[in-house]
Amino acid sequence: MKNNNWKKILKDPYLVAGGIITGLILLMIIVGFFWMPYEPTKMNAAEKLQGASLRHLMGTDNMGRDIFSRVMYGSRVTLMIAIGTIIIGAGVGTIIGAITGYYGGMLDEITMRVIDALFAFPSILLALVIVSVYGIGWVQLLVSLGIAFVPSFARIVRGEVLRCKNMDYVENARLQGVSDIRMIFVHILPNIKGVMASSILIGFNNAVLAEAGLSYLGVGSQPPYASLGRMLSDSQQYMTKSPSYVLGPGIIIVLMVLGFAFLGEGIRRWK
Amino acid sequence: MEVILDVTDLHIEFHDHDLPETAVEDFDLMLGKGEIVGIVGESGSGKSMSALAIAGLLNRHAIKKTGRIMFEGVDLLTCDRKTLRSFQGDEISIIFQEPMTSLNPVKNIGWQVEEALFIHHKEIKKEERKKRAIEMLKAVGLENAEKVYKMYPHELSGGMRQRVMIAAAMIGNPKILIADEPTTALDVTVQAQIVELLKKINRERGTSIIFISHDLSLVSQLCERVIVMQQGNIVESGSTAEVFRKPRHQYTKKLIAAIPKIEL
Amino acid sequence: MRYIIKKFFMTIITLVVVSFCVFLAFSVIPGDPALKKLGMEASPELVAQVREEMGLNDPLVVRYYRWISAFVKGDFGTSYSYNKPVMWLIAGKIPNTIILGIMAFLITVVVSIPLGIFTAKHENGVIDRVISVTNQIIMAIPPFFSGILISMIFAGVIRLFAPKGYVSYKDNVPGFLWYLLFPAVALALPKIAMTVKMLRGSVLDEAGKDYTRTAYSRGNRTNEVLYRHVLKNAMIPVITFLGMVLADMVAGSIVVEKVFDVPGVSTVLINSISNRDYPVVQTIIMGIATIVIVINLLVDIVYCVIDPRIRIDE
Repeated sequence: MKNNNWKKILKDPYLVAGGIITGLILLMIIVGFFWMPYEPTKMNAAEKLQGASLRHLMGTDNMGRDIFSRVMYGSRVTLMIAIGTIIIGAGVGTIIGAITGYYGGMLDEITMRVIDALFAFPSILLALVIVSVYGIGWVQLLVSLGIAFVPSFARIVRGEVLRCKNMDYVENARLQGVSDIRMIFVHILPNIKGVMASSILIGFNNAVLAEAGLSYLGVGSQPPYASLGRMLSDSQQYMTKSPSYVLGPGIIIVLMVLGFAFLGEGIRRWK
Repeated sequence: MEVILDVTDLHIEFHDHDLPETAVEDFDLMLGKGEIVGIVGESGSGKSMSALAIAGLLNRHAIKKTGRIMFEGVDLLTCDRKTLRSFQGDEISIIFQEPMTSLNPVKNIGWQVEEALFIHHKEIKKEERKKRAIEMLKAVGLENAEKVYKMYPHELSGGMRQRVMIAAAMIGNPKILIADEPTTALDVTVQAQIVELLKKINRERGTSIIFISHDLSLVSQLCERVIVMQQGNIVESGSTAEVFRKPRHQYTKKLIAAIPKIEL
Repeated sequence: MRYIIKKFFMTIITLVVVSFCVFLAFSVIPGDPALKKLGMEASPELVAQVREEMGLNDPLVVRYYRWISAFVKGDFGTSYSYNKPVMWLIAGKIPNTIILGIMAFLITVVVSIPLGIFTAKHENGVIDRVISVTNQIIMAIPPFFSGILISMIFAGVIRLFAPKGYVSYKDNVPGFLWYLLFPAVALALPKIAMTVKMLRGSVLDEAGKDYTRTAYSRGNRTNEVLYRHVLKNAMIPVITFLGMVLADMVAGSIVVEKVFDVPGVSTVLINSISNRDYPVVQTIIMGIATIVIVINLLVDIVYCVIDPRIRIDE
C-alpha cells in the first residue's frame, strides 16, 4: 500500500518537480545555517562584480561580496518571514474566523465588514501602512505581512465553520453538552485541515512574493544584511555588466515559489 | 404505417477506461409517423444512451457506435456533421430529465425557445420568431406567455421549465420528439400534466414521440408500443397492452410488479 | 436596481470603515506632528500653540471628521518634508500610475481571454499542456523580477527602449505610451497566467453542464455553443477575478514603477514612507483604497448586468 503510494507520487510530474525544487532550496537554506562559502557581509574590493565562476558560484556584487552566500542568507530570511507570516495570518485568522463563524450575530457582522474592507485592500498596501507607521525593519515587515494575511484566512475558516456548524455530528456533540471552545477546536477545526493545507500553500507563496516585493522597495531587512528583494534592487544598475548578480537572487525567488506551486498543483490533482 | 425512424443493430461502447464498456447492444427500433414508443428500464439499462445516440449527442471520440439510424434516407451515425446538425432541433428534438439545469441560466426564455428557429430558419424575421415563440409558449400551457418570454429560467418552477423545454423543442415542428425521462424530476401532479401535454402534441401535430422512463405506469398511459431494456439489451418489446397482460421476460414481470397498485 | 442600491450603500460603509482605519493607524504614530513641523529646537510654548492650531488636541472623532471632509473636497493637507500641499506633490504623478495600471489591465484582458478560451477548447492538447506549465512558471515570477528581465532583454540586448528612459506624457505621448508598455507587460504577466488558468477551468466547468447538451441538441456548432451559451456563464467568476486584478494593478504598480523608474505615485509613497511624511502617505493610501473599493462596486454592477439571477435575488 505504502509502496503503491510512492509509485503514484513518482509518476506525477508536478509532485516530482515540486519535491526536487523545494528539496534543493531547503537543502541550501539548511546548509547555510552551518556553512556558507563566504561571510555574506564580507566585502572584497579586489573582486567586485565578477561573473559566475567556481570560486563564486553566482559571482560577486558591487562591493565584492559573494552573491551565492548572500542568496543563502537572504533565502533563509525570506523563508523565515514567510513562515512567520503564515503562522500569524493563519493563527489569528483561524481564531477570528472560527469565533465569528461559530457565534454569528452582531459580532460576526461587524468583524466581517472590517475583514471585507481589509480584504479589498491589497496586502502590499496594508503592509506599507504598518511599515510607515512603525518604521522599517524585518520585525515590522513580519507583523505587517502577518496582519495583511489575516483576512483571507479568517474568511476561509469562517466559511468552513459555517458549513460544519449545522452538520449532524456537531449537533450530536452539542446535545452531549460539549463546551463551545472544545466544539470549535476539537470537533470543527480538525475537519477543515484539507482546505487549510491548500490555503497555507497558496498563502506561503504569496508571502514569499510579498516579502520579496517589500524588501525590493527597501522596507524589509536593512543593509548590510542580505535579502533577496534588496539584492535585486541593488543589482539593477549593474544588470548589463553583471547579469549573474540579477539572475542569482531572482531565480532563487522564482524557484522557491515554483517548488511550492508545483507541490500544490500536484496535491490538487491527487484528489 | 409510414416508418420515419429505423434503428438497427445499434451498439454503443465507451472507451474511457482501459477496458471498453458496452452500454447498448443490438438495439432495434422502428418508429412510425405519429406513433409514441416507450422505452423502459432502470438506470444503466442503456435507454438514455440509445436516445442520445438518436439525437446525435454522443459525439465524443471515446464513444464507439455501430449499426444504423436511418432518418429521411440518411444514416445519422455515418452522415457528416452538417447534415446531422440540420436535423437537430428542427426535425429531431430532445427534452431532458433535469429541467432545472437544462436551460441556460443567463439567457431569457424567449431567446432559448426561438433558438432552433434562429439556427435553422434564418429567413424568419425577428418579429415573426417572437410571435411564434409566444404562440408556442401558449401551446405548451404557459399562461402569461408574453411575460414568460422575458423571464429567466431561475424565475420559473420545475414544471414550467419543462414546458419551456418542450416549447423550445417543438418550435421547429419536428417529426420526432425524444423525451428522456422528462417527468422524473417533477412532482406527481406535474408529471401527469406533462404526460397530458405530450399526448396533446402528438394528437394535434402528429409528432412521433420516443418516451423514455423507468416508470412503467407512465409508459402505459402514453405509449402504444413499449421496449423493455436491461443492461444494454432489449429484453422484450411489443404493444403496451400485450406486454402488460403477458410479460414474457422475468425482468418485465418484476417491473410490472413494482408499480404501486391503487386498491379500490 | 435594489441590488445596486444595496451595493452602493455597502460601498459607502466600507469607505467609512477603511478611511477610519487609515486615520486611526496614522493617529497612533509615536511622535508629535507639531514637533516634527517645527523641528526639535522649538520652544514648548510654540509647540503647544501649533498643536492647538493644527487641532491636535481635539477628540479623535472630531479630527477624523475634519480630515475626511477635507479629503472629500480634495484638500489633502500639507507635506511635512516639502511644506507644500500634498496635491501639488502628487498631481503630476497620478496620470503615470493610472495609465500604467489601465494599460496592464487591458493587456491582461486582451491576451488572457482568447488564450483561456483556446486552452479550454483544446483541453489536454500539446499547446494546452505547454501553456499550463508556462502559466505555473510565470505565476512564480514576481513582477519586479520580470520587469528587470524585460529591461535586460528589451532594453539591454534588443534595445527596443532605453532603460530608465522614462518619457513624460507632457513631451511626447507616443513615446510615453511606448515606454510604459514594458512595465505594463511586467505587471500583466502573472495576472495573465492566473486569468488564463481560471477562464480555462470555468469554461470547462460550464461545458460539462446540462444546458450545453441542450444547446447541441438544437443543432448549434461547437463554436456557437461556446460563444453563444458557455462563455457568458463562464465569464461570471472571471469578472470578479478581473475586478480584483484591476485593484491589484493599482497596488502592484508601486513595485513596477520603481523597476522602470516611472515617476508615479508610488515613488512619492516610498520616499514619504522613508521620510515619515505622514500626510502624503495617508493621502496616497486612502486614494488607492478608494480606487480599489470603487472598482469593487463597478464589478458588482457589471455582475448584475451579466447575471440575471442576481437582479432578482434579494
